Amino acid sequence: MDALTANMPLVVFLLVGTVTVASAILVVAMRNPVHSALFLLVTFLCVAVLFVMRGAEFVGAVQVLVYAGGIMVLFLFVVMLINVRTLPEERITSPYWLGGIAVGAAIFILLATLVRTGPYHQEVNRPDILESIATHTMETTVAANGKATTGPVVHYTLAGNSEAVGNSLYQEYLVPFEVASLFLLVAMIGAIVIGKRELGAMEEETAPDFILDRVKTEHEVKEVVNA
Amino acid sequence: MPSTQAYLMLAATLFTVGLIGVVVRRNMITVLMCIELMLNAVNLNLVAFSSRLSSLEGQIFSVFIITIAAGEAAVGLAIIIQLYRIRATVNIDEVRELHG
Repeated sequence: MDALTANMPLVVFLLVGTVTVASAILVVAMRNPVHSALFLLVTFLCVAVLFVMRGAEFVGAVQVLVYAGGIMVLFLFVVMLINVRTLPEERITSPYWLGGIAVGAAIFILLATLVRTGPYHQEVNRPDILESIATHTMETTVAANGKATTGPVVHYTLAGNSEAVGNSLYQEYLVPFEVASLFLLVAMIGAIVIGKRELGAMEEETAPDFILDRVKTEHEVKEVVNA
Repeated sequence: MPSTQAYLMLAATLFTVGLIGVVVRRNMITVLMCIELMLNAVNLNLVAFSSRLSSLEGQIFSVFIITIAAGEAAVGLAIIIQLYRIRATVNIDEVRELHG
């Protein structure tokens, strides 16, 4: 019993990791995209658990919110929008499946070799840094021989993982953060423009009046802009 | 705590599964899901090294990767919907011509 308690993180890791890999394989293997999407949800949640086990609570929460909450809803919405019943009953794998599996095996062997032998950077065993806010200051220290040196000093204040990540995002990584927000804006506009539907001749007969009015206004605006 | 190597092996397995899915599957929506799987494997690597090196940078990078993944999924699914309207298919082997 004591051995089990001592090795609890390892047991949880093995269990969650097995579920992660199994559901990832099922994502690839399922014929129906709805089943694939649901197994993808299981994978995302398990990966969030692994994040939290590694001291990344904020990333785990974002994983659950954005992936499991947002992206999965988007996927399921599209799968439902494209009628699943009309999917062909042919084979789900492409004719190149043998080559695909060969490439995957080769990449896996490559990555596994790297993991086994790689001389990584020396491990830093200070888990408190992941939960601390760093403040950078210039300080002057006077050595024993009376010589004063000025240099950058980092102070760590213990707060919490979310607070530390937030502080870092808004200080050191402010510019990437703003670029990411711009990227999201561009992606949103792009998705709307690509997904927009022009009315065909068939639909114009049955479309309600207000849609026709809107289309007419759009054409007028386009003409004015082009003129 | 499980070692960094264990995390890296798990991430490598996830990445391989996603890669095989991208190459092997013919349904466009499933291919997009497999791309998300690969991005998640990379996130796992970043977080594992973040705690090994006791540095927040890996976690911040994975937040950015999640942002990129969200945008990529939105645009990719919009393309799939539009393609389905034009060609009435989600089979990736039937839309390999670039014209029209």
